Amino acid sequence: MILGRVAQAIPVVMGVVVISFILTRALPGDPAAYFAGPAADEASIAEIREALGLDKPLFQQFFYYVGDLARGDLGTSLTTGQTVMSDLAARLPASLELTLVALLLSCGIAIPLGVLAATRPGTWVDHLCRILVTAGVSMPTFFTGIVLIYVFYYLAGIAPSPLGRLDFIYLSPPHVTGFYLIDAALAGDWETWFGALKQLILPATTLALFTLAPIARMTRAAMLSALSSDFIRTARAAGLGTRKVLYGYAFRNALLPVVTTLGMVFSFTLGANVLVEKVFAWPGIGSYAVEALVVSDYAAVQGFVLAMALLFVALNLIIDIAYALIDPRIGLK
Amino acid sequence: MLSVKDLSVAFKTRKGEVNAVRGVSFDVGKGETLGIVGESGSGKSVTSYALMRILDAGGEIRTGDVVYGGIDLRAASETNMRDIRGREISMIFQNPRAALNPIRRVGHQVEDVLIRHAQATLQTAKAKAIAALEAVKINDAAARYEAYPFELSGGMCQRIVIAIALACKPQLLIADEPTTGLDITTQKAVMDLVGDLTKERGMGMILITHDLGLASQYCDRIVVMKDGLIVEVGEPKTLFTDPQHAYTRKLVDATPRLGASIRNLLPPEARRPEPRHKVHNRPLLEVRDLVKTYPGKTGPIQAVKGISFDIKAGQSLGLVGESGSGKSTTSEMIVRLQDPTSGNILFDGQDIAATPSARFMRHAVRRDIQMVFQDATDSLNPRSTAASAIAEPLARIDRMRGAKLTARVSELADLVGLPQPLLSRFPHQLSGGQKARVGIARAIALEPRLLILDEPTAALDVSIQALVLNLLVDLRAKMGMSYLFVSHDLNVVRLLCDEVLVMKQGEIVDRGPTATVMDTPSHPYTRALIEAAPQPPRSIAA
Repeated sequence: MILGRVAQAIPVVMGVVVISFILTRALPGDPAAYFAGPAADEASIAEIREALGLDKPLFQQFFYYVGDLARGDLGTSLTTGQTVMSDLAARLPASLELTLVALLLSCGIAIPLGVLAATRPGTWVDHLCRILVTAGVSMPTFFTGIVLIYVFYYLAGIAPSPLGRLDFIYLSPPHVTGFYLIDAALAGDWETWFGALKQLILPATTLALFTLAPIARMTRAAMLSALSSDFIRTARAAGLGTRKVLYGYAFRNALLPVVTTLGMVFSFTLGANVLVEKVFAWPGIGSYAVEALVVSDYAAVQGFVLAMALLFVALNLIIDIAYALIDPRIGLK
Repeated sequence: MLSVKDLSVAFKTRKGEVNAVRGVSFDVGKGETLGIVGESGSGKSVTSYALMRILDAGGEIRTGDVVYGGIDLRAASETNMRDIRGREISMIFQNPRAALNPIRRVGHQVEDVLIRHAQATLQTAKAKAIAALEAVKINDAAARYEAYPFELSGGMCQRIVIAIALACKPQLLIADEPTTGLDITTQKAVMDLVGDLTKERGMGMILITHDLGLASQYCDRIVVMKDGLIVEVGEPKTLFTDPQHAYTRKLVDATPRLGASIRNLLPPEARRPEPRHKVHNRPLLEVRDLVKTYPGKTGPIQAVKGISFDIKAGQSLGLVGESGSGKSTTSEMIVRLQDPTSGNILFDGQDIAATPSARFMRHAVRRDIQMVFQDATDSLNPRSTAASAIAEPLARIDRMRGAKLTARVSELADLVGLPQPLLSRFPHQLSGGQKARVGIARAIALEPRLLILDEPTAALDVSIQALVLNLLVDLRAKMGMSYLFVSHDLNVVRLLCDEVLVMKQGEIVDRGPTATVMDTPSHPYTRALIEAAPQPPRSIAA
């Protein structure tokens, strides 16, 4: 089943390769002119264009691109001067770490909240849950981020300065996974670990507040429908305790839609945390892509789109596996 | 053992309070089986939920006493109630597959109850759960222990539900429509099992059902409920032969049974003479070597294995079989919603199987073959009014518009006995019987020559079923239609059909004139079906 799913993803990835190539070429702006600088004349622009291979027909450019891709070469970013591969390797883990910690935080609050709201519909718990998640989702992330910085860094002084993944007094941990929390833990460097965690808390909270709403609302709805099922009545008629009925029977059945929502939330958070990355000077993939896009840095943009596509394919695979683990009916069909 | 006095239950709804049960009293003795019979909305299920105190949100016991073995169940704490549920009083439910947790192994679900009531420890749970499964006569219980509900048949799921209910040896079993949705032979097996087990263990039982025949066969005493009230109490025999209350009489009349004609199902004052329908000697539909094969996980599955039969013009043919017999597949192929794998379907001599079902919409014969679907609720678009549902085939196939269309719709409503003011209502504002009438009006709108009826009364109460069946008899005589009547209920087929086919596992195992096949069944399977159907005692009303 897993192999089948991977095979299904191949045409998707190929499609993404083609589309990202065409889209980046369709962008307005001429990278050659940009890099030649405002004082350049026609001749030097043409020279740069030739050096970048942009004078060749589109078809040929595409073949060069695919050929390079096959060798694992994503090209060189014009803005950073590094290979796109190394840029992504440095920045993708930063974004992933932020998003994952934010989602863990969000689930840790939203799922119990949703369950509570579903078991007591119409009571103050339910209303409180509704108010909280509505407030979270109605404030834009850059605003929440700035408010959090103002309160916890500027006023209270408990948070570190919002300047990236690690304060300058620490050295970044040896690169293993690129996730600072994991790398620091692997190295046994707990001081750096706490340093990285402190930097993470504010941006992660900002994102978590934003993602509370879909998860909590979906948990509540799924729990309500699970609790009104026939098998819950059977369980109650058999005298099973509240805890068993709620968690052993209702919650596991409610997990399926919650996992679906989680997948969607993860996708949009990863793509949409550019603003949070900007506010907290987080060296993530979102801000990288936006900068590349502004200057028509083809290689970087293509690399970003491809990386995201692969990530989503992997994510969908994980969600499918999670489905099969939760629901025995799915694995067989 | 159980004594219920003056029990009243009310539900809070958006439209105000609804009194679902209004002062019900009854007793159940040790080892006694009490039947609670009533149609939908009579409050029979709510009564049982109330005494178990598992009413849905918004439901509340207003008055009354429920005493079980000296314990006041109404005053008992929730913790005490949880100890009583499953160990003293258990319940089994209708729709057994939904009554089980879909993603938990059935063995573990049995274990949950055993462990909850301290009948087993974590070490002994598995062995005891397997023993509980064996007690409900599940073959190869150790293997079934690992199964999930979706891997088991409906009858097997109901056995699991029974195993869960009886695992802790309760003294009272409440069976809430335990066989609704099960095949007739499975129904018999399940009811016999429950009957034997309760007798063996000296348990009391409350059997809640809409089926008078079933109740009379398995109960010592029957309570008839209507609109939250008990209208009559009695022993099955006297209740049938000498019903005192008008409602009981109506129920007894409406129950299809041996020796009753279709008009006998109606209350005496509504019985008009039964119109004769004319059967011509030329075939309208000829089915030849029809085969349907589905791709399956372990090779192709033959749903229909090369069957042949005819329907004469004006004839009503019954198609009887249990789930998986291929009767629905057959009817769907004839109505051209599915394509046969091979074989011919000749309608008036023309092979309509040659046109793929996707393009059959534009075929000239489309208007001549129409269908009435099983579930009147699910087969109506919830966002269309009754009038637009009936108008749809007229507008699509006859291109009828405007005043002509409106006139035809109201004419059809008269024909099926649907009051005109109801035409502007949406399905959820109509009763089950009214929805069934809309479904029939829609199907006969184009005056088809062949009407396929797929269990059209399966979801209806018996008194409504009686009305709908009689409507079908009237329409048949008036419009000269042929019927293909698909059903699992032999008593109903006997009333309506000239000839009958019995299907089993994709093959026709028995066929012939209805009376011959039913009264002197030659095939063992037909005999098993007939024996499994509950027969109410002959009543004077017949």
